[in-house]
Amino acid sequence: MSKRILIVDDEPNIVVSLEFLMKREGFEVAVAADGEAALRSVEEKKPDLVLLDIMLPKKNGFEVCQTIRANPEWQSIKVVMLTAKGRDTEVAKGTALGADAYMTKPFSTKDLIAQVRQILDMA
Amino acid sequence: MLQGWVIASVSFAYLGVLFGIAYFGDKRADAGRSVIANPTIYALSLAVYCTTWTFYGSVGRAATTGIGFLPIYLGPTLMAGLWWYVMLKIIRISKANRITSIADFISSRYGKSQSLGGLVTIIAVVGIVPYISLQLKAVSNSFIILLNYPGIVMPAKAGAQPLLQDSALYIAMILAAFTILFGTRHLDATERHEGMVAAIAFESLVKLLAFLAVGIFVTFGIYNGFGDIFDRAELVPKLKALMTVADSGASYGSWWSLTFLSMLSIMFLPRQFQIAVVENVNERHLARAIWLFPLYLILINIFVLPIAVGGMLHFPDGSVDADTFVLTLPMVERQEALALFVFIGGLSAATGMVIVETIALSTMVCNDLVMPVLLRWKALRLHEEQDLSWLLLSIRRWAIAAILLLGYIYFRAAGEAYALVGIGLISFAAVAQFAPAIFGGIYWKGGTRQGAIAGLTAGFAVWTYTLLLPSFAKSGWLSLDFIKEGLFGVTLLKPQQLFGLAGLDEISHSLFWSMLANIGCYVAVSLRRRPDVVETSQGTLFVDVFRHTEGAGRSRFWRGSAQVQDLLPLIGRFLGPERAREAFLAYARRHGQTSIEQLQANADLVHFAETLLAGAIGGASARVMVASVVKEEPLGIDEVMNILDEASQVRAYSRQLEQKSRELEAATAELRAANERLKELDRMKDDFMSTVTHELRTPLTSIRAFSEILLEDPKTNLANRKKFLAIIVKETERLTRLINQVLDMAKIESGNAEWHTAEIDLHEVIEESVAATSSLFGDKRLSLDMALEGGVPKVMADRDRLIQVMLNLLSNAVKFCEADRGRVAVKLSAGGDAVRVDVEDNGPGISEQDQRTIFEKFRQVGDTMTAKPQGTGLGLPISRQIIEHFGGRLWVESSPGQGATFSFTLPLNREGDTRHEERTEK
Repeated sequence: MSKRILIVDDEPNIVVSLEFLMKREGFEVAVAADGEAALRSVEEKKPDLVLLDIMLPKKNGFEVCQTIRANPEWQSIKVVMLTAKGRDTEVAKGTALGADAYMTKPFSTKDLIAQVRQILDMA
Repeated sequence: MLQGWVIASVSFAYLGVLFGIAYFGDKRADAGRSVIANPTIYALSLAVYCTTWTFYGSVGRAATTGIGFLPIYLGPTLMAGLWWYVMLKIIRISKANRITSIADFISSRYGKSQSLGGLVTIIAVVGIVPYISLQLKAVSNSFIILLNYPGIVMPAKAGAQPLLQDSALYIAMILAAFTILFGTRHLDATERHEGMVAAIAFESLVKLLAFLAVGIFVTFGIYNGFGDIFDRAELVPKLKALMTVADSGASYGSWWSLTFLSMLSIMFLPRQFQIAVVENVNERHLARAIWLFPLYLILINIFVLPIAVGGMLHFPDGSVDADTFVLTLPMVERQEALALFVFIGGLSAATGMVIVETIALSTMVCNDLVMPVLLRWKALRLHEEQDLSWLLLSIRRWAIAAILLLGYIYFRAAGEAYALVGIGLISFAAVAQFAPAIFGGIYWKGGTRQGAIAGLTAGFAVWTYTLLLPSFAKSGWLSLDFIKEGLFGVTLLKPQQLFGLAGLDEISHSLFWSMLANIGCYVAVSLRRRPDVVETSQGTLFVDVFRHTEGAGRSRFWRGSAQVQDLLPLIGRFLGPERAREAFLAYARRHGQTSIEQLQANADLVHFAETLLAGAIGGASARVMVASVVKEEPLGIDEVMNILDEASQVRAYSRQLEQKSRELEAATAELRAANERLKELDRMKDDFMSTVTHELRTPLTSIRAFSEILLEDPKTNLANRKKFLAIIVKETERLTRLINQVLDMAKIESGNAEWHTAEIDLHEVIEESVAATSSLFGDKRLSLDMALEGGVPKVMADRDRLIQVMLNLLSNAVKFCEADRGRVAVKLSAGGDAVRVDVEDNGPGISEQDQRTIFEKFRQVGDTMTAKPQGTGLGLPISRQIIEHFGGRLWVESSPGQGATFSFTLPLNREGDTRHEERTEK
């Protein structure tokens, strides 16, 4: 059974690229454009991994991550944060909130895929 | 029976007591525990004013003029009321300048002039000698009268006695010896004689008690109180006349002039100056003296009239001199002890006066007359002497002896021609000559040395001619012709009716002419030239003494170089080497040094040395001596004026300083605020950079991702390939636009943007912008309404920039309008002093909260689920900057669901433009 990945980003073009990449790797893909939509999607069907942008409308990436980690049922969900803000404080904050990995935009698609596979123990 | 030896031994015993008190006072002073640091003692010592003239003479004058004796005491009482202003100032000046005598005071004031000091000394000596002879006369007469007890025998004429049998001669010699013992035992830097002051205060008590004792005895012992005496006097016509106040104009004039004369005398008699100023240890003592001294005068005058009337009732035939009533009344009543006590009281009044007066005069003679001459007399080789203090002391001792001798000679020569009071008044009129120079000196900066010399000389000359010479003439020394006929037979020059002025008594007459000459010459000569350097600096120190306190001001007027090795021996020569070392060491300790060698020979030290020396040899000589060992650079008058200006400006400066410090505080606060703004700007810049970075990374992410996808998989199907490449192109455009706008914004904000300002027709600008965006409208099929008023005036602006603003507003409108149903309206209108452009759309509208933020950088509005707004978030901020640059305003009006209207205005006149330029430049 293929793993399910939820892509959360408000930039349509980035969503298109990530969706294409993840599908190519054989993952099942869901998409959300803001924080609230992301949490609804998680509730609907729990993903194995979330690719989570931080600068999101309505609820930002940190809040989404926090909400996921606060729910015991969602402990198994892996979170990879994606952000255009590469400052150290942002990385530290994401890690502290329970993110499994943190990738700075623009990222290498190879690295991203490798990172996702590693976190999902598929390497 | 009172034998001569009894009287003599009681007198000597009394003098011994006085000496004991003085000795004790000096010992205590040396130990630092002053016995005279007491305002009551100060006030009592001032009563040295009351001499034998008061003690015996008041009764004599009352017997001839009734209450005519009073002005002599009224004057001082009035003057005491002014002491807090006048005397305090003189005391303050004298302490700051270490003034040793009234001659020193006047010569210091007028530029430390030796000739002026000498002149004052001569006037004082000549003027005071009659006064001293008066004391000798009184003591000698009272001695002779008492010797004949119980018989009442008037003494023979002074000249009639063979010289060696004349008791006055012996009295003069005894007083001289006693004064020398009292006053010249050692030299003091401040010329202070604490022991002497204590003895004088004691004497004041003795003479007061003696006089009161006689008064009480006469009033209540011989008669039955005041009422009884005056009732009896009423019955005698001659006595009744005495009881009425002056009855003619001349008498009133005489009253006035005597009061005036005694007002000046209480200030300027050398002995009063000595006691009140030089011997003053504490300025605040003056406060008690102001009421205690007049009280003393009242007490000593209460019984004058009763004794006078009583005496005249007792000796109606006039065989007994009224001057002796104080003594003869107790004698005739056989009150042996009281008579002896009265004699002691009179002796007390005489010794007090003689001691203080001769000490004061001897100091003046030594410091202002003899030393200046000796120091200039090169043949004496005084400059080579190591210790001159012995010389100073011996000059003073000889001076004391000489002054008393002069007094005796005058007594022999003129003593019989005048009653006691008459002689005293001659002296009063002499010292009154000091008044113009002193009052002028402490209240008027314009007085000059020549003015003072001219005034004093003129006044003294008139005094000599109208008072002194007639007194000689009346004694038979001179022919009386010049009094009766006038000098050389010229009637106008009659000394007692000068220029035909008749009808005044001789004192008023002399006072009038001498004061007129004195004041006239002083003022007229002073006004002939500006005060020179020294006169200006001294004048300021004297007149403004309350502003230049503690003598700190004096050294400001000195510039030059000096050596401690030169100054110390110089002072040592006059004070004695040991005393000089002690004084210098004390000075060094006050200035935080441990030895004399560490002292810096600066202006302060030179000033200290000079004042130290001034205490011994007077200000004028001290200046000459100090100048001989230091290299002085004379100050120009301009420099002195500058220093004075500086002094008077000190307060202004301090006010300015306060002002400056307030301004500094304000500036600091402004700086702090500016710093806060800068920090805020820094934070904003930080945020801006972070935001720009974010905005750059976002398109780059898509570009990189699709490029890698295409690179890794060349076999991507065509549809995807096309789609991905289109995204890459679009994101690249977005990046370019963003970079351009960021740079644009930065340029405008930093003021480096180029502006091509010209007259712009907004009509044209709008048409062109609409044309440029017509394809956008076409794509979304939106309608565009134009309502452009005709004849709108041109504005001053940059055409391309205004098009940029219009394009931004139009594309925003298009962006937020719903396709097909969207409608945009553009309006142009002119009103007042501005033109206005509105761009209205029927889009979703902007919430109030968002209205505030859309003009901030990188703030965009939009529901990202449905339509992520395209743009950089810099369009509106840039547009607002452009409009504001031309003095206009850009704003939005909107409510959610009702569309939005973006409007801007531009001013019509150029003033708004320039006003804005000024603001941006700040």
